[in-house]
Amino acid sequence: MSSIASTQSSTHQSPAWVKRWFGPESRIAWLFILPSLIGFITFYAVPAIRGLVISFTNWDMLTAPTFVGLDNYSKLLNDPVFWDSLGKTVVYVLLNIPLQTALAVGLAALMDRVTKSSLIRGIFILPWLLPPVIVALIWLWMLDPTLGFINNVLRSLGWQTLSFLGSPDQAMPSIALINIWQYTGYTSLLFFAGLQTIPKEVYEAGAIDGASEARMFWSITLPLLRPVLVFVLVTSIIGSFQIFDTIAVTTKGGPVNATKVITWYIYDYAFGRFQMGYATAIAVALFIILIVVTIAQMRILNANQSDLA
Amino acid sequence: MTTILPARNTQADGVRPLHRRISLGRIIAWIALIIAILIVIFPFWWVIRTSLSSQKEMLAASNSLGPVGFTTINYFRVLGLVDVATAQAAGGSGQAINFFLYLRNSIIVAVLTVLGQVFFCALAAYAFARLKFPLRDEIFFIYITGLMIPGVVTLIPNFILIRQLQWQNTFLGLIAPYFLMSPFAVFFLRQFFLGLNKELEEAAKLDGCGPFGVFWRIILPISLPPITTISILTFVTSWNSYLWPFLVGQNENVRVLTTALAIFRSQTPQGAPDWTGLMAATIVSMVPTLLLFLIVGRRVVNNIQFTGFK
Repeated sequence: MSSIASTQSSTHQSPAWVKRWFGPESRIAWLFILPSLIGFITFYAVPAIRGLVISFTNWDMLTAPTFVGLDNYSKLLNDPVFWDSLGKTVVYVLLNIPLQTALAVGLAALMDRVTKSSLIRGIFILPWLLPPVIVALIWLWMLDPTLGFINNVLRSLGWQTLSFLGSPDQAMPSIALINIWQYTGYTSLLFFAGLQTIPKEVYEAGAIDGASEARMFWSITLPLLRPVLVFVLVTSIIGSFQIFDTIAVTTKGGPVNATKVITWYIYDYAFGRFQMGYATAIAVALFIILIVVTIAQMRILNANQSDLA
Repeated sequence: MTTILPARNTQADGVRPLHRRISLGRIIAWIALIIAILIVIFPFWWVIRTSLSSQKEMLAASNSLGPVGFTTINYFRVLGLVDVATAQAAGGSGQAINFFLYLRNSIIVAVLTVLGQVFFCALAAYAFARLKFPLRDEIFFIYITGLMIPGVVTLIPNFILIRQLQWQNTFLGLIAPYFLMSPFAVFFLRQFFLGLNKELEEAAKLDGCGPFGVFWRIILPISLPPITTISILTFVTSWNSYLWPFLVGQNENVRVLTTALAIFRSQTPQGAPDWTGLMAATIVSMVPTLLLFLIVGRRVVNNIQFTGFK
C-alpha cells in the first residue's frame, strides 16, 4: 500500500511483498522458526499424511506397497476383533475416567480445606512422574496372584484371593486401578489449582446464607471448577483411549484377549504381523473416533453453562 | 510453603470461622487425606521391602511388612556386580540388567531431547509471540492442530521413516522425532512470552541489540522459570517413554532404562518371576527421577497450575 510512495522516492527499493516476506524482521523470524518447522514437517505433518496414504495400501515393509483403495477400511468395518478391541477400550475408559476424576476432585477439595502443604501435594504427584513401565511392574508385584501384597491382605481377612491381572474378568479393572493410582494425584493438583482461583467471598456469602459444606461444594465449587473439569476430562479421555504401556508390560493383551485394547491391536498388526496398511487404517479410525469424542464432550460440557461468574 | 501456609490460615480464620465450627469434619478430612497418602506411598515401601529381602525366605513369609532375611544381594546382582553363580544362587536368572549402560543411554536421550527441543521451541515461540512475518498465525495454528494428532497415528510412519534412514539402533533415531520441536513446548513458551513486558526488549534494541541478542540476553534470562518447567516436563516425558525406544532402540548400546526393564521382566521365567531382582531393578531405575523430584519437585507442584490452565 505504501509501495507507490516508496518506489517513487527511491528506485532501488524492493516491492512491498518482497519486504513483507524477506524484510529484516521476516528473515530473522523465518530463521527462528526454521528448526521447529523442519521438525514439524518431518515428524508430524508428513507422517500424518503418509499414515493416511499407507492406510490405502497393503504393505509389509519388505516388498513394494500395493494400492488397495478403501479395502482396509471396509475390512475394518467387518472385523469383529476391531469392534471388540474398540469395545474393550471404551470399557477401560469408563472404568478409568469417572472414578479417577471423582477421586481427584475429592482429593483437591480435601487439600484445599485442610492443608496447602506443597510436601503433601508433592507426594501425590510422585506416581505421575514415574515411567508407566515402572508403575506397571510395581503393581504387577502388588497384585501377584500368590505372593502379592493385596492378596496377603485378602487372605488375612479370611477372604478369597484374586488373580487380578491373570483373570480375564479382573484384568481390565486391575489395569484401570493401576492407572488411577498413577494419575489421580496429578489430576487432583489441576483441580487444586482451579480451586485457588475461586474467590473466598463466594463461600463467605454461602456461609452467611446458611449453606452447608456439601451444598456449597455442589452449588459453588463444582460449577466454578467447570473450565478445569473440561480441560481435565478432554485431555485424560484422549490419553485413556491410547492406553498402551501398562498393558504392554503386564498382560500383553491377555489373558484370552481380555485387555486387547485398540492401541495393542494396532501394535500387533504393525509390529507383530507387519501389515502396515491395515495397522495405519486402524490408527486413522482411532484418530477419527477421538475427534468425534472430543467434539461431543465439548458440546456436552458447554451445553449446561451454569457458571456463577 | 512456610510463608504461604500461616498467612493463608490466619486469613481464613479471621474471615471465615467455618473451619473451627466443623472441627469433626476437619478430623475426618485429615483421616481421609492420610489414607490417600498411605495408598500412594505404601507400594513404594513394598518395593523397597521386597528388594531388600532374600528371594527364598520371602516366599515363606510373604506377609511380613519388613524385609525378610535382610540382604542387599539383589542390588549387586541386578547391577551385575556379582558373578553369575552367586546371582543364580540368590534366585535370579543370572541376567544382569546392565544398569550403568542403560542409565547412560537414558541420560543421553533425555538430555539431548531437552536441550534441542527447549532451545528450538523457545526460538520459535519467541518469533510467534513477538516478530511480525507472513503466515505467522497460520503456521502457529497448524502447530496447534499437531497437538491433537494422537501418537499412534504418526508412530508407524515415523518408524518407517527412521527405518528407511537406517537410523534404527542409533541415538539419532531415538532422539530425532523430539529434538527439533514439540507443539506443546512451542505453545507453552509462546503463552509466556506474550505476557512479557515489551519495554525491556525495546530498550535493548535501542542499545543496538539484534533480534537474536534480544532473545539470548534478555528473553532467555528472564524466562528461566517457565523454561525450567518445560525442561522438566520434556525430561520426564523423554525419560518415561517406552514404545518409541522399544521400537527403534532395542540394541544393547542404545537401550534405555524403560526398555531394559520391560525386557528384564520378560526374561524372568513365567513360573517363578524373580521379584526381588525385579524390584531392586525398579528402585535403581527410579533413583534419577526421585533425585530430580527432590531438587525441583516444588517447582513442578507449583507450576502445574500454569500448565493446567493453558
